[in-house]
Parts: sequence; structure tokens; C-alpha cells
Amino acid sequence: MDIPYTVEIRRDTGLTNGKIGIWLFLASEVMLFGALFASYILIRTGAPSWPRGDTMLDVPLATLNTIVLISSSVTMVMAWASLMRGRFGTFRIYMGGTILLGFVFLIVKYFEYSAHFHEGALPHTNNFLAIYYTLTGLHGLHVFGGMVVNAYFWGPGAKLWKTNPTWFTNRVEHSGLFWHFVDLVWIFLFPTLYLL
Amino acid sequence: MSDHATTSMTGGDHAVDIDKHVRIYITVFVALMVLTIVTVAVSRFHLPVPIAVTVALIVAIIKGSLVACYFMHLISEKKLIYAVLAVTAFFFVALMVLPVVTVHDGFWIH
Repeated sequence: MDIPYTVEIRRDTGLTNGKIGIWLFLASEVMLFGALFASYILIRTGAPSWPRGDTMLDVPLATLNTIVLISSSVTMVMAWASLMRGRFGTFRIYMGGTILLGFVFLIVKYFEYSAHFHEGALPHTNNFLAIYYTLTGLHGLHVFGGMVVNAYFWGPGAKLWKTNPTWFTNRVEHSGLFWHFVDLVWIFLFPTLYLL
Repeated sequence: MSDHATTSMTGGDHAVDIDKHVRIYITVFVALMVLTIVTVAVSRFHLPVPIAVTVALIVAIIKGSLVACYFMHLISEKKLIYAVLAVTAFFFVALMVLPVVTVHDGFWIH
């Protein structure tokens, strides 16, 4: 059975089903990360002392990753804009760039994590590192998930462009919404974990 | 593949509209980069924690709003999505406020 309202607008919602679906999913994601942020606030305010993030973490690498992730949001939105202009070749370049930047983000994160492991700074070492690994680990999983979906639309999923370009464009917009959300979460993680 | 599937989405007015969007995306990108530098620069001053937290959160909220409004197109979305987000925002604020008000002596919990 085909999914209804993938291209045409549903009259009662004024949206396609995919659009409302991704926003409901993102709403649940807000609560997931929100619960962990609340835990972070609770643990930090309840602690007799708390280390500044920059005394334990690598701020230059995290700043680089912030720039990488923001850049990937721009290439993602440009990928969608390329489809809106009917330029599939340009879409492939921008989407490829988005996937590549996601990959760079994870590689930088790997270097950060491995440096911590070598120093013996593990999740059970203290509460700061516990919440750091939980939040950045969950965020990293989201980056990986977004990359898998984007890679699908860059590769095999792009066949849809031939038969139903509007549906394909909508799908790319929705995966873009997820990707921007992942960027948005990092925008809050970076100062609260690394700089304060 | 690209030429084969040129869509009907690229009508005259629509293409102009997308060009306008692209210019906005570039502006937002520059603003986000500048604000990232501001965030890192401010942290170097080692301000007292309450002030540092306030400044960092204000800059993060501005950056987050730019991403949400322009990259996620929330600046011109349908009512139902605003309604979903309003409910989400309510519970998110509750999540953030509850731990804060419960840890301080003399407020809710003694």
C-alpha cells in the first residue's frame, strides 16, 4: 500500500504526512535531549564543585567540530534548494559534502574520545565525564543516523527523482530537518559542556 | 539523470524565491560563524559562572533560533507545526525548570 499524502497536501493538516511525521519525531527528540540536559543541570547544581569544561576537554577540536557541523547544515539546505531548482547534479555535490562533513565530525570526535581514554578519563571517572559521554555519545549516534539516511538519498534512494521528483525533494527536506536538529543540539552542547 | 527529471518546481517566480532563500542561507551561515567565535572568545574572559552561563545561553539561543527559523523554515511554517512545537516547548520548559526549583533550599523543597 502506498503512503498517502507524500506529495499532495492533506486538507485538514495543511501539510504532507512526511512533514508532520518528522516534526512529531523531532518533538520527541527534544524531550529525549531535554531530559538529559535537565539531568546535567540537576547533577551540576547539586555538586559541591564542578570543573570548567575547558580544563578537561579539547576546546579547539570542539570549535572545529562546531564549524564543521554548521557548514554541513548549509550544504544540506543547499542540497534541498538545488532540487527545488531542478538541478540534480548540484544536489549530489551538496549532499555528498554534507555526508563528508558528518564524517569529519565523527573522526574529530573519535580523536577527542581516544585522547580521553588514553588519559584514563572514562565515563565512570566522575559525574562531569559521565554526562559528557552520555550527551556527546547520543549526539554522535544521531550524526551517524543522519549520515546513513543522507547516504541513502545520495545513492539508491535518488532513483525516486526520476519517477517522482516532488516526493524525492520532500524526503530530502525532511532528512534535512533532522540534520539541522542535530546541528541545533550541538549548538547547545558545545558551550554548556566545553566552555562553562 | 538530472536533465531527464527536471521538475515543474522551477517556475519563474519560484526560482527567484529560491534564489532569495539561498542568499538568506549564506547570511545565516556567516552570522552563525561569527557567533561561534563570540562564544569561544567570551569564554576566554573567565567571567563569573552566572554571567558566563547567561551569555553562553543567550548566544546559543540566538544561534539555535537562526537554524530553526531559516534552515528549518520555521519562520514560515503551517499552524499545526507551531501547535506541536508549542506543546513541546511547554514540556521542555517544565523539564528544565523542575530540577532547578527543586534543588534550591527554601523554594519548593526544604
